[in-house]
Amino acid sequence: MAEHVTEPEDKQREAAPAGGVGIPDQGARFSRDGETEAEPRRPREAIFQLEKVVVSYGPKPAVRDVTFDVGRNEITALIGPSGCGKSTLIRCLNRMNDLIPGARVEGRVLYHGEDLYAPNVDAVEVRKRIGMVFQKPNPFPKSIYDNIAFGPRVLGRKQNLDETVERALTQAALWDEVKDRLKTNAFGMSGGQQQRLCIARCLAVNPDVILMDEPCSALDPISTGKIEDLMMELKREYSIVIVTHNMQQAARVSDKTAFFTVELASDDDHRTGRVVEFDDTEKIFTNPADSRTEAYVTGKVG
Amino acid sequence: MEAGSTTAAGARAVPSLGAARRRYGEDVVKGILILATFLSILTTTGIVVALLVPTIEFFGDVGVWEFLSGSKWTPLFEPPSFGVLPLLVGTLLTTGIAMLVATPLGLGAAIYLSEYARPRVRKTIKPALEILAGVPTIVFGYFALTFFTPEILRGLFNADVNIFNVLAAGIVMGFMIVPTVASVAEDAMSAVPQSLREGAFGLGASKLSVSLRVVFPAALSGIVAAIVLGVSRAIGETMIVLIAAGQIASNSIDPREPHYSLASFIGATAKGDVPTGSTEYKTIFAVGMLLFVLTLVMNLISIRFVRKYRQVYE
Repeated sequence: MAEHVTEPEDKQREAAPAGGVGIPDQGARFSRDGETEAEPRRPREAIFQLEKVVVSYGPKPAVRDVTFDVGRNEITALIGPSGCGKSTLIRCLNRMNDLIPGARVEGRVLYHGEDLYAPNVDAVEVRKRIGMVFQKPNPFPKSIYDNIAFGPRVLGRKQNLDETVERALTQAALWDEVKDRLKTNAFGMSGGQQQRLCIARCLAVNPDVILMDEPCSALDPISTGKIEDLMMELKREYSIVIVTHNMQQAARVSDKTAFFTVELASDDDHRTGRVVEFDDTEKIFTNPADSRTEAYVTGKVG
Repeated sequence: MEAGSTTAAGARAVPSLGAARRRYGEDVVKGILILATFLSILTTTGIVVALLVPTIEFFGDVGVWEFLSGSKWTPLFEPPSFGVLPLLVGTLLTTGIAMLVATPLGLGAAIYLSEYARPRVRKTIKPALEILAGVPTIVFGYFALTFFTPEILRGLFNADVNIFNVLAAGIVMGFMIVPTVASVAEDAMSAVPQSLREGAFGLGASKLSVSLRVVFPAALSGIVAAIVLGVSRAIGETMIVLIAAGQIASNSIDPREPHYSLASFIGATAKGDVPTGSTEYKTIFAVGMLLFVLTLVMNLISIRFVRKYRQVYE
C-alpha cells in the first residue's frame, strides 16, 4: 500500500502517475464556472474502484450491485431515498463497518488498485488515509486545539503541532473565527463551526480521501453554504465522497453522482439498496438514463 | 346582526377549559412520594443525631485534640488512652492497599468489557462480576486469614509475615472491591456515545488510543465515582480487617504487621462487653463519627473533582 501514499505536495500533479490506475474519461466533465473546460483534458484517475459490492449486516444484503469509481480531485455524491444503503456503502470505503459486529463486505473495493479487504490490509492504516466526517458533528469533549491535535498525536506526528493545527483550521476556513479561543471547549461552538472543526480534525492527519456522511443534515442553510464552499476548495487537494439527502447540494458540489434506490423484498419486507445509475452529475440531473433516477431527481418520488 | 345567526354559527359547543377538576388520585400518589423522600432524609438525620449525641458526650470526657492527635489507642486498658491515630493508620493502610489492587484491576476490566469484549462475552461476564460483589465480606476475611496469608504471603516472604497482617486484608479487600469499580466504570464508559469512538477511529486511531484517549476521559466523572465508591467501601469495611488483620492498634506502616482500623475497632468493641454509657462505650460513637466524616469528605472532594474535570458530551 505504501507506494500509493501520496505526499501532500504531490497532490496536484499534472498527469496521472504511472502506478495509478488510469481510466478513460467518461464523456465531458461537469464544468463549474467554465474553469474545468479551459484546462487541458487529462485521463481520469480512479482512487476507488467498486465492483459488484455487496454489504450485509446479517444474512441479507443491506446494499448490493454497487459498481462505480471515484476519481482523484473529484466530488462524488451518493444520493437516493432513505434506507437505500448510501451510508452503509460510504462506511465500507474506510472499513468503518468493521466496527459493527456481523457486517460483511463482498465484491471488490479497490483503493489505488489495491483490495481494501485483502487479509493483510490493516483497517487502522486505511482510516489514516481515508478520513471521515459524520452526519452529526462529533467533536471530542476537549479544547478546539486538542480536537485538531488528536489525530496527529495518536499517529505519533508530534512535531510542529501548532503549525499543523493552524494549517488544518485555515483549510477548513475556521482559523479566523477560533484563533483567539483555541483552548476553549469545542462544545462552545455553533453546530456549523463544530462540523467545520470535524473537517479540520480530519484534514490534520493529511488524508488522501475524505468521506462525508450527510455532513450538512444537522446544519442551517448558512452553515451548509460554508461547508459547500469548503468542499469546492478542498477538492483541489483531496478527493471527496459525500452522501447527501439534499439533491440541490449534490447538483451544486459534485462532479459525479451515484443514484441509489431501495427495493423491498416481497416476502419479508427486507430492504436492499442498489445503485441504479452512476454518471456525471450534470447528466444525472438533466438527462438521466433510468426513469427511476429521473423520477427521484425531479421530485416525483422520494 | 340577528340573534338567530349567532346561534347557528355556534352550533358546535366549545368545551370549557375553565372547569378545573381536582384529581384526588394524583394528590395521593404525590403524598406517598413525598413521604418516601422525607422518610429517607429522616432516617439519615436520625443516624447522624444518634451518632452525634454520644460523640459530644465522649468529647466531654476526652479532649478533641487528645483524640485526634494521640498516637496511643488503649481505651479498654488501665490507664486508658484515646489517641485515634493508630486506627487511622490502620484504615488508611488497608484502604490504600485495597485501592492499589482494585483500581487497576477494576478499570482494566471495565475497559475490556466496554471496548474490547464481544457483546456475548460482556453479557456473560458482567452479571458474574456483579454476583462476586454480593459475596459476604466475612468469606473474603476467612479467605485472607486461612489461605492468602499462609499459602501466598508466607510463601513470598519466607514466613516473615504475621498471621494477622494488613497486607492480606488489603489485597483481599481489593479483590472484593474490583467488581464494584469495574461495574460502575463500565456503565460510565458504555454510556459514551458511539459517535465519539467513530470520530476517533475515522482518524486512524487504534483501539487502545480510542479507549484511553477518548472513551476514558469522556467517562471520567463516572470513573471517579466508581473509584470513590470503592474507597468508601474500603474505609468502612469491617469484617475482612477484623478477621485477617488482627486487633492490635499500631503506628507501624509495615504492611506485614497486624493492625486495628476504625471500622474493625467498632466491630470488635460493639460485640464485646463494655458497659453501656461508659466512656469506653462512647468511643464507639466517636470513632463512628470520624468514619462518617471521612467518607463525607471523600464524597465532597469527588463531587468537586467531577464538576471541575467533567467532560460534557451530548
